[in-house]
Amino acid sequence: MTMLDVEIGNIKLRRLLALCRKESAQIVRDPSSILIAFVLPVILLLIFGFGINLDANTVRIGLVVEDTGAEARRFAQVLEGSRYFDVVHDSSRQHARTLLAAGEIRGMVVIASDFSAKVRQGKGAAAIQVLTDGAEPNTANFLGSYMEGAWQTWLGQRSIDAGQTPPPLAELSARYWFNPSTVSRNFLLPGSISVIMTIIGALLTSLVIAREWERGTMESLLATPVSRMELLLSKILPYYVLGIFAMALCVVMATLIIGVPYRGSLLALFVVGSLFLGSSLGLGLFLSTTMRNQLMAAQAALTAAFLPATMLSGYVFEISSMPWPVQLASYFIPARYFVSALQTLFQAGDIWPILAINAAFLLASSIFWLGLTVLKFGRRLDD
Amino acid sequence: MFHALVTLIRKELIALVSTRMGRIMLVTPVLLQLALFPFAATLEVKNSTLAIYNQDGGAASIELAQRLAAAKAFPVIINLYSEKDLREVIDRQRALLVVRIPSDFSRKLARGEVGILQALIDGRRSNSAQIAYGYAAQVVQAYSAERLGQTLPASLVVQNLYNPNLEYQWFVLPSLVAIITTVGCLMITAISVAREREEGTFDQLLVSPLTPAYIMAGKAIPGILVAIVQGSLIILAAVLLYRVPLSGSLLVLYGSMMCYGFALSGCGLFISSFCSSQQQAFLGSFGFMTPAVILSGYMAPVENMPLILRGISAIDPLTHFIIVVKGIFLKGYGLEQAWPHLWPLLAIGIVNMSLAYVLFKKRSGQ
Repeated sequence: MTMLDVEIGNIKLRRLLALCRKESAQIVRDPSSILIAFVLPVILLLIFGFGINLDANTVRIGLVVEDTGAEARRFAQVLEGSRYFDVVHDSSRQHARTLLAAGEIRGMVVIASDFSAKVRQGKGAAAIQVLTDGAEPNTANFLGSYMEGAWQTWLGQRSIDAGQTPPPLAELSARYWFNPSTVSRNFLLPGSISVIMTIIGALLTSLVIAREWERGTMESLLATPVSRMELLLSKILPYYVLGIFAMALCVVMATLIIGVPYRGSLLALFVVGSLFLGSSLGLGLFLSTTMRNQLMAAQAALTAAFLPATMLSGYVFEISSMPWPVQLASYFIPARYFVSALQTLFQAGDIWPILAINAAFLLASSIFWLGLTVLKFGRRLDD
Repeated sequence: MFHALVTLIRKELIALVSTRMGRIMLVTPVLLQLALFPFAATLEVKNSTLAIYNQDGGAASIELAQRLAAAKAFPVIINLYSEKDLREVIDRQRALLVVRIPSDFSRKLARGEVGILQALIDGRRSNSAQIAYGYAAQVVQAYSAERLGQTLPASLVVQNLYNPNLEYQWFVLPSLVAIITTVGCLMITAISVAREREEGTFDQLLVSPLTPAYIMAGKAIPGILVAIVQGSLIILAAVLLYRVPLSGSLLVLYGSMMCYGFALSGCGLFISSFCSSQQQAFLGSFGFMTPAVILSGYMAPVENMPLILRGISAIDPLTHFIIVVKGIFLKGYGLEQAWPHLWPLLAIGIVNMSLAYVLFKKRSGQ
């Protein structure tokens, strides 16, 4: 009796291996699954790494100066000198408004012709008008605070030029923990790994059982002595290996090529990664088993796994800013725990209290989805 | 021939809605996304927790701490009493931002020097933390302006056009019209061809009197129809439930939707022209869709991207359609303003359709 003849329950190792080999051959033979496991992650990481930039950046603004006085010129100089603005001069408000509507500029500043005169009167009636493009709320928000800063600088310069010492002010200085250079890439990339793993774990597997039903090969499989557990395990193991490989690829790519720091241990990454894969594989297989139709299973996987992983996992959109029913829903999304674990591992290191909680939730969700799949995975044709 | 085309389209639509599951899958994802996205997909910072570590006991520090605690942006305040607490609050992500008031703060202000407060920002959540920092900085600025007590020489008046209160939902819902229709339209066109291939019925279509051009039209039109139906659902919800103003022309909106459907089904047919199974078509359209959404400017502004990605974004149909839908909803776009983004859509559609046509012809051996 060799190792291969070992039987655990109704799982025979030899049969399981043969099934796994069949499944792996199907993966390797189809260029699209290799593409999705190894090429897409690289492309996505590059796009996530360089395409999503939420950092303070240069905003292009239109500047309409109708006043020729010194005060107006000084303010224009402050704007031109700031690294936050890319200033486009414009002679008419009307034209600047058209540019704003077309999205060519994200804001416009108007200094009216009586500005310097009103400043000299000193009654506080002078105003600098700023119009932002509210159709881009995040940029408009940043633009507002940059303007505030430029205005403070202008006030400061005025009082220095007038020979006054700057009055006593309270000032808030910023210091960053974990991600001192505030490259949003450093916090977005770890989170985006969870999106990539969801694609492999849930989307790829949503097709595999439905495909057997659609093509009629499920019936041939059922006619063999293969047991239910063997069949399921043969669908899980090859994709698990594929997922772990893809995760390794992502981490190597993120740290070595894109240069995101990694501060945790690899063991912790392997454990949470495996648990997360367990729950996505479980979800994908569950949908595939229930739908028995590739198109529907794929659409269901997009809706049930991919969208929540991008929207409710907290990797771009802050969970605490959502209303409570949505926050409550996010507790049922495995990606939420994986994103939190990944961000902690990359930016902070092995902070055990956080990792343990996340791992526990991931374990629970793996057991839930895999268990549900086992229950649902009938070996009968008529159910 | 026209009759044959209509029959083909009818056959496609019947295949989509004939089963209960099929009908459910057409509508449920749209409803689910409509219910979740506008609340979830927001970069707005609300309900965030601010932790205050006041090492100073002076009057100025207490006043400032109270003002920070009263700010609307921070409904939850944690008071810290030691360096260890401070570290733990950030490590465990219990607060987005910590403001530390150093022990000499009140004394410095009293002496007429600049008192410096420290804001400790969790870099793991840099965008939200920076916005939260902005809110805290406003409170501190207002405080010092009041202490100054003199009239300022000028004021800064910031006005947000098109969306006065910077409602995030006004940004999300028009974008959703574009994103959700993308999923439906692309998948249906790409997968329906691949399914015929997988099941062998594509060969039957090819030997029918229909020419490849008609077969392509028969596959593209159902996709466009689904896009229009799903798009209308979202427009209705945006206007009636979420109260997003629709200031532009509805006619231009539907015209643009058709242009977009044309561009997308072109992409779908192009993808399906070299896929032999549904899995390939699904993964292919997915591999197109994800980058298309990320680079469309929905998740982060296009102008922040490096040049190469901006170039790709310019040939991404979603980029143009999002600009048009947002323009029509918020900025009152008419045909004249929408046109600069409509012709790229038509061009993308024509290029893809032609490529797909060449590939189909080659396959059908005509």
